[in-house]
Amino acid sequence: MLNKKNIILLIVTVFATTMAVVTQARENINIVGSSTVFPFATVVAETFGKKTGMPTPKVESTGSGGGMKLFCKGNGINTPDITNSSRRIKNAEFEKCHKNGVKNITEVLVGFDGIAIANSKYSPIFNLSLKDIYLALADKVPASVAYKDLNMSGLMIDNPFTRWSQINKNLPDIAIRVLGPPPTSGTRDALQELAVEGGCKTYPFMRIMKKEDKKQYKKLCRTIREDGHFVEMGENDNLIIQKLVNDRDVLGIFGFSFLEQNSDKVQGSSVNGNAITFENIANGSYPISRPLYFYIKNSHRGKIRGLNEYIAEFVNEDTFGEEGYLVDKGLIPSSKINRNKFANDAMDSVNLEL
Amino acid sequence: MNNIEIVQKGLKKRYAKERRFKAYGVFSIIISLSFLAFLLFDIALKAAPAFTQTYIKLDIDFSHKVLRINEKSSYTKDELFELPYHKLPSKSLYQLFPGIENRKQKKALRKLVSSGVRYNLRNMVIKNSKLIGTSKSIWVLADDDIDSLVKGLIDRNIPEADRRVKDFQIAWIDKLQLENRVESRFNINFFTSGDSREPEQAGILGALKGSLYTMLITLLLSFPIGVAAAVYLEEFAHKNNWLVDMIEVNINNLAAVPSIVFGILGLAVYINLFGVPRSAPLAGGLVLGLMTLPIIIITTRAAIKSVPPSIREAALGLGASKMQVIIHHVLPLSMPGILTGSIIGMAQALGETAPLLMIGMVAFVADIPQGFFDPSTVLPVQIYIWSDSPERSFIALTSAAIIMLLVFLFLMNLLAIILRKKFETRW
Repeated sequence: MLNKKNIILLIVTVFATTMAVVTQARENINIVGSSTVFPFATVVAETFGKKTGMPTPKVESTGSGGGMKLFCKGNGINTPDITNSSRRIKNAEFEKCHKNGVKNITEVLVGFDGIAIANSKYSPIFNLSLKDIYLALADKVPASVAYKDLNMSGLMIDNPFTRWSQINKNLPDIAIRVLGPPPTSGTRDALQELAVEGGCKTYPFMRIMKKEDKKQYKKLCRTIREDGHFVEMGENDNLIIQKLVNDRDVLGIFGFSFLEQNSDKVQGSSVNGNAITFENIANGSYPISRPLYFYIKNSHRGKIRGLNEYIAEFVNEDTFGEEGYLVDKGLIPSSKINRNKFANDAMDSVNLEL
Repeated sequence: MNNIEIVQKGLKKRYAKERRFKAYGVFSIIISLSFLAFLLFDIALKAAPAFTQTYIKLDIDFSHKVLRINEKSSYTKDELFELPYHKLPSKSLYQLFPGIENRKQKKALRKLVSSGVRYNLRNMVIKNSKLIGTSKSIWVLADDDIDSLVKGLIDRNIPEADRRVKDFQIAWIDKLQLENRVESRFNINFFTSGDSREPEQAGILGALKGSLYTMLITLLLSFPIGVAAAVYLEEFAHKNNWLVDMIEVNINNLAAVPSIVFGILGLAVYINLFGVPRSAPLAGGLVLGLMTLPIIIITTRAAIKSVPPSIREAALGLGASKMQVIIHHVLPLSMPGILTGSIIGMAQALGETAPLLMIGMVAFVADIPQGFFDPSTVLPVQIYIWSDSPERSFIALTSAAIIMLLVFLFLMNLLAIILRKKFETRW
């Protein structure tokens, strides 16, 4: 029965090779996290590698939540050194990090990302308010608004709007069709929390509900309709742009850097009267923008070669400043004060406290 | 009416039916071929711009003053590494277009050439330090936007505000073209470098090598184990034994398990338990090997079954042992079938991304992997990452990467056909 022996022998060999690499030291920096920060982190990683001649950091696109999970697993050398995030670390995540021994974390604000609601260049520009976005995309809307009957205040009904003109007379008379990101995406979180909830909040009885029943408020104000007027498109923003070119009556939702690269094909709608421009996002007047962060595991400093140098490259004015190369890639830089603060925090390993 | 007449009467109808039946088949073939042709044509058309690259001729002044280094007879590598090389292309461009004071325009001027040029110049100087103090005409990579303009992918007629390249930049390029300083060359970079976030510097070699290493591990794991398991199950295992039956059913089920499940298994067992480095071809190959294993077992068993019993009986009759029968006769005769099955399994593994997501191979890796333990990606992952990048020039690179993946697959299939022909025996 030589074959049986062979099988055993082979299994042993495979296990032996895998065991042999257990104690291998890591040569390059290991970065995980948000797909929105990915395009920026990769540019910094590449520049760092070329400039210093050290191995280029490996950047994985796992999503903000997935990145935190890997990051907070522990202090072992196999865990990531940095995680990128398109939102601030949550309390639960911070506690989990602490529970697993990851106690020294430094937070760095990279800058901001605007979220565009765009359509084809050949259609008229949409002029939306947050309220319009809420009424077009929410799963449930107030009956008093839908039927223009004040006696029905407080009652919520399934979103009856099918055309933009039903929401606002100034909007075109075309069917509501919006292509957007799936729930796993940070862009989707921002759409729900900043745009849809932002419009929802404008109703006084919703603000009352927020105080009385926060859970119900969140459910009503953040849930996006699923009756076909909002279509989930997966994480590929280039695909959404292609659809917008082919169909002039649909709107698409994606990050500002994609809008900038495709300004000959698509245009961003203005929101609350503010066009989506670099300046408007930077000064906060364009309402749908979110902060981008990365988090450093301070226990890995000094253990992983080049980690401090990579961080220094990232918080350099030539990188994330107003004239930095990340701006060419579509990043909206934060204010000078913030940049100074976070650059100092990053270099001094200031621990994050929540 | 006799029988003949009845048959004759329906004959015309039956012939027509048969002709229609054949026509359906031909129609189906035409449909599938036209789909394939359309797909290939579309990819080739989109990929075409990726195979050429625009270069700009600059007169680079490597003087000591510009490089801020004192005259010496020899320099150490560290000294040369740190010099301000970014000034070299900028200075040359400022000389070509004097009188530009506007800060924004100055920045645009510097960005005519790729951001990687300074590192290329650094490597040139480190290789040959005699360059310092001289000046030389050098063809350097153009930026991706400029490259698109030269290739005619940017429409000059649309309003300036909607264009990535502004009117003044177009005027610069036109001037450079008149002076014969712009040239389109074969994009050798694409085949010799790893991934980059700048489309003009991005190459496929890293992903290609990653795929190669991963496939090697997959083959080494799944082929011997798969063939040995199949031989045992087919030749030695007792029939009608409940344990053997159960193993058989489970192998068939495993072949149909969605690939992401193997990724989760790989993460739990290989990475978390055995500590295989994340994102390494070793981890990827082991996971894909598990995925390929049931396919190889099933096809190998089918191939062994198809060896005529007369061959086995003749060998046994001449006094061969069971092992001799298998090694001398059954395995060589079933080899073509085994190889075909293995290659199909490997081809499937080559195109997988889902299980690799779990073990961290869906990542930006700029350095070219040098072995089984270095972080790397594979071809389909590279396609995915490029297709999701904002820069417009990545569209062409995506299609070019698809072509490379198809070429890889084609070579694997070719190998299978050659091996099959070599081992094929007729009886």
